[in-house]
Amino acid sequence: MKKKNGVYREPLTNTQLLMTITIGIFVVLYLLAMILLGGGFLHAQQIFDMLNDNASLIIVSCGLTIVMIGGGIDISVGAVSSLVVMSCVLYLNNGGNIFFSILLALGIGLAFGAVQGFLVSYLEIQPFIVTLAGMFFARGMTTILSVNPQKVAHEGFAALRDIKIESSLLGYTAKNGNLVPARIELGVVVAFFCVIVIFVLLKYLRLGRSFYAIGGNQTSAMMLGINVKRARFLSYLICGLLSGISGYVLMMHTGAGNATNAAGMEMNAIASSIIGGTLLTGGVGNVVGTCFGTLTLTTIKKIVVSSGLNDPWWQSITTGGMLCFFILLQSVVLGRRAKKLSRPV
Amino acid sequence: MKQKFKNLFSGGLGQLTIPLIAILLLVIFNLIRDPSFFSIGIMHNNDGNVVLAGNLISIINGASELAILAMGMTLVTAACGGQDISVGAAAAIAGSVFVKVLKSTSEITGLTVVLAFLCACIVAMLFGAFNGTLVAIFKIQPMIATLILYTCGRSIAYWINGGATPTVSSPIITALGGFIPGIPVPTPVIIVLVAGIVLKLVFRFTSLQLFTQSVGINGSAAHLNGINEKFIKMLSFVILGVCVAIAGSIGVSRLGLINHETLLIDIEMDTILAVAIGGNSLGGGKFKISGSIIGAYVIQMLTITLYAMKVSSTDVKAYKAIVIVLLVVIGSPVVKKKVDKLMMRIRKSKDRNTVKGAQS
Repeated sequence: MKKKNGVYREPLTNTQLLMTITIGIFVVLYLLAMILLGGGFLHAQQIFDMLNDNASLIIVSCGLTIVMIGGGIDISVGAVSSLVVMSCVLYLNNGGNIFFSILLALGIGLAFGAVQGFLVSYLEIQPFIVTLAGMFFARGMTTILSVNPQKVAHEGFAALRDIKIESSLLGYTAKNGNLVPARIELGVVVAFFCVIVIFVLLKYLRLGRSFYAIGGNQTSAMMLGINVKRARFLSYLICGLLSGISGYVLMMHTGAGNATNAAGMEMNAIASSIIGGTLLTGGVGNVVGTCFGTLTLTTIKKIVVSSGLNDPWWQSITTGGMLCFFILLQSVVLGRRAKKLSRPV
Repeated sequence: MKQKFKNLFSGGLGQLTIPLIAILLLVIFNLIRDPSFFSIGIMHNNDGNVVLAGNLISIINGASELAILAMGMTLVTAACGGQDISVGAAAAIAGSVFVKVLKSTSEITGLTVVLAFLCACIVAMLFGAFNGTLVAIFKIQPMIATLILYTCGRSIAYWINGGATPTVSSPIITALGGFIPGIPVPTPVIIVLVAGIVLKLVFRFTSLQLFTQSVGINGSAAHLNGINEKFIKMLSFVILGVCVAIAGSIGVSRLGLINHETLLIDIEMDTILAVAIGGNSLGGGKFKISGSIIGAYVIQMLTITLYAMKVSSTDVKAYKAIVIVLLVVIGSPVVKKKVDKLMMRIRKSKDRNTVKGAQS
């Protein structure tokens, strides 16, 4: 604790430090892209596009962040979202109504969260195996429901899907002279809402603080009187619920169900959380960081595409390189801090 | 006799109980469903060789890559307390190198195949060392460290292949992936056998097993006892690299082509599953390679059984998940404790009844 201007300043916590690094790198990357590449990066729509495309990924990553803060892992999230999309599409096409389709989405998510949470927390089975089985089950069920892509043919849903917030102030003039307003989809609003709720939950509510406690040190959390099993169960339940929401948002974005929907989403979500400063060991992390993690990941991909590296392999190779950079950075920074803190004062 | 039987299930076999019970259940299930499931026939294949055929052979043959990867994965799991999720991607890279070297030679002979395999081995070991460096020196969790290669591995393979799916055709490659003329057993099975024996000999004549276990149980304690913790962790990843190169080369030889997207797809998940079904703790420490190998055959047997029941290949995953959950629930420590308690209570009440009976 340094004394500055007569006020004791708390040093940044690990969570804050990692989040600050991520946000800083995102801003620097984006500014560099604006200066060096220009073009689309100069329009506000670029950011909105990134949000529109990744609203579901942001929601899923937030759920995963909660589980990871609690010291667990959930790799079933992408598959559950995919299952939600497929079952909601089939339900709507067979004459269902929108309200019940939303309930169906939330129900599937909650069911997966509840079963996996029960197996992990009360039966003490390794979370990786449980959620791996969940992922297999959800992917298998998706193909059992339908192997062929299904398009939503429901008028009410089409109306819901087409709700967009438009702003001509942030728009840009197209080449033919027309003003194209900036567009934000409804899913982004949902994602924004989810992020705020989870932020408040993690920061100010007792339940949220107990997630940090069980992730940091399970034994001391138990000694503090936290119901560790219940907290762990609830973290998986919330994650499942968010995968359900994310599935619905994904459906609003794509408007169709496909067996390969959300393929690889779980690994993207894990990568977002890690870039956002969540540690897989638990106890450290923040949803705001996770959001910026997703955005950083997307920005890198956009930069690769617009800088002319058109071969299909460059996107993932640069993503891997970037991931490597972030992981090493975190390891080095945290390692140095741990050394500094353990030094006798 | 009864006591012996009880020992067999409670402690005699130790961690091998669950995988063996699983195999037993699958065998019984298949015998009831269709007794001809296990029939083994002798037939002539396209090259005119006398070969064995049947579901049992296809189970043992099909699980070869999985079994080899499970051997290496067990070591990594035991030493580092985490799993390598990049084995599938690394196998695609190794397979690409294998094909690339074969393609660059004018004629495919036994020597060039060995050379190509050695090149694939070196590349896979380098990638293993990369993962190992992140885990051992930078102290990053294995799953996170290998996520990097998982993300970009298949793209690197695509890049090595130059954006195509090159094919190799040669009698030697066909023999590697299928049958050697004159030997009725599939070659991959022989390779698994040889790899298993080599690993067994390594454990017999070196202290690798002891060192790996002690690093996995308590790294700093092992360090204080003079074991080079970093080296052991690194070594486990390099050994996994060799396993990856073998599996990748077998996978390429089976089809005679390298497709970076589909070669050994999703095998990382199956491999980790094999290790877990084998009764090894995913948190590191004590391990049994034989358990993981049996686990690999359990998974393949389950898959083939489902295929035989006319389940389509995309739907298999859902049924597999149910079986996995059942297996891990049976193996869970909490359930075990509950069952033990229940048994105790039943026995007690029985004793009381007999005592009562004797009194009256």
